[in-house]
Amino acid sequence: MPLFREPEGGAWVAIRATLKRDLVLMMRRRSEVLNPLVFFALVITLFPIGISPDPELLAVIAPGLLWVAALLAALLSLDSLFRSDFDDGSLEQLLLSPQPLPALALAKVAVHWLLTGLPLALMAPLLGILLSLPSGSYAVLALSLALGSASLSLIGAIGAALTVGLSRGGVLLSLLVLPLYIPVLIFGAGAVQAAILGDGVSAHLAILGALLAVALGLAPWAIAASLRISING
Amino acid sequence: MWAFIHKLGSPKWFYAISERLLPWFWVAAAALILVGSVWGLAFAPADYQQGNSFRIIYVHVPAAFLAQSIFVTMAVAGFIFMVWKIKLADMAATVMAPLGAAMTFVALFSGAVWGVPTWGTWWMWDARLTSMLILLFLYFGVIALRGAFSSRDSASRAASLLAMVGVINIPIIKYSVDWWYTLHQPATFSMTSRPAMPMEMWAPLLIMVLGFYCFFIAVTLMRTRSEILRRESSKRWVRELTMEVS
Amino acid sequence: MAFDSLSAFLAMGGHGAYVWAAWGVTGLLLVAVVLHARAERRVLLRDLRRRARRTQGYGAAETQVSHQETQVSHQEGHVHES
Repeated sequence: MPLFREPEGGAWVAIRATLKRDLVLMMRRRSEVLNPLVFFALVITLFPIGISPDPELLAVIAPGLLWVAALLAALLSLDSLFRSDFDDGSLEQLLLSPQPLPALALAKVAVHWLLTGLPLALMAPLLGILLSLPSGSYAVLALSLALGSASLSLIGAIGAALTVGLSRGGVLLSLLVLPLYIPVLIFGAGAVQAAILGDGVSAHLAILGALLAVALGLAPWAIAASLRISING
Repeated sequence: MWAFIHKLGSPKWFYAISERLLPWFWVAAAALILVGSVWGLAFAPADYQQGNSFRIIYVHVPAAFLAQSIFVTMAVAGFIFMVWKIKLADMAATVMAPLGAAMTFVALFSGAVWGVPTWGTWWMWDARLTSMLILLFLYFGVIALRGAFSSRDSASRAASLLAMVGVINIPIIKYSVDWWYTLHQPATFSMTSRPAMPMEMWAPLLIMVLGFYCFFIAVTLMRTRSEILRRESSKRWVRELTMEVS
Repeated sequence: MAFDSLSAFLAMGGHGAYVWAAWGVTGLLLVAVVLHARAERRVLLRDLRRRARRTQGYGAAETQVSHQETQVSHQEGHVHES
């Protein structure tokens, strides 16, 4: 009789368990879900105060402002992605499990996007009203943010995994991750701008989708390798 | 084949062979840069549009080439280190990063200075300059990440991985920045992409590019040798070597 | 030669300040890189030599175990050489 028997279903069970566990944990720490959203709204409030309340001027810069603020809010939430699991040792258990680590890391990133990227995307149109974003671009704003923030979560998770073992990784994390965010920002904000100008947005969204596909294909392995470096080092 | 790779990866062997190669690269770098400078500064004809300010191209373009090549080389070294655990590759990657950042800075500075007579401003969000700026941040990230770890092995592996992630992103960043630039069309005039440069203009440029590459190889060899001594200081051959020198 | 005189060469057709600033900073940086590499090597060799001398000084008081170790490694060295 073997002492250890692999649970039925293998990887799928592990992925589902990780998803469920992370969702439950995040829902218990509601402030971690809400803080990026509050931060997003606050930053958007700062711009009219700092620049000008002129609706025409704001309408011109609104796509970029909304995208940059959402990007920073997503960045802010990255540090907590692996931090608590690292502190209580459950990240080590994740590494020791026989299931493929990239799949488990992907599950964690999916939860992060579901509770950070998606809410930010849904909230962006509301803040768009504050910046008098021209009508007709609201749906594109939400859609481009939903697509783009998934890439942001995947890329950011690499940086979060690399810095999770460091005591003061916060600023370093943004230094590592922000340059890699630039393509997503260009095409995300570009999509909203194209919608305002009345051009087709399908090309932009297609490129955002392509970036997401590349990130989905490569990032899980990079996240897994980074986690191993941070834990075993 | 494997024996050769392991021999190549042996710091002791590399230390000996690089000692013989190093003078050649120094001489080649000095000669090429000297010839290229004199030719480019004094003998190449002035540009019909930009006059003599175009002579900045002879430092701007080689530095920009080198800045990109060093990042790719660094990522390849990181890959070799991660896959085959060849420490020598990581030593080379360690010393390459600051040189790459310095070259990126040179490209940015010369580009900015060139901007004054060309565009009438010190900074323009030109596609080339913007990509260079992002590259500089990527270099800073790799250097900062390596410095943040207390264990050398973790630092090496983390920096290697980040360099690899960065090198996959460099073409994506470059194309998206180019696309972004053409979309906004601030200036119709690009500094360096011009049709058919006459031979008297591009020959010194080619010489300067070659000279900069030789310079890069020479500096990397020299500093990798120092890095070998630093990391292998407890090894017998290093101890014997230092006694010989004294 | 693209210039008639030294002053014309230095003036660079009115763009002298920019050309020489860009070239000057590049040249300074290249020289600084070389000087840094040389200084790094010199300091490192000095430290290593100092350390080697220190361990030599301790050599007289070395324990039996480390003597055996050095003997073994000496033999290894001979094997490699032969």
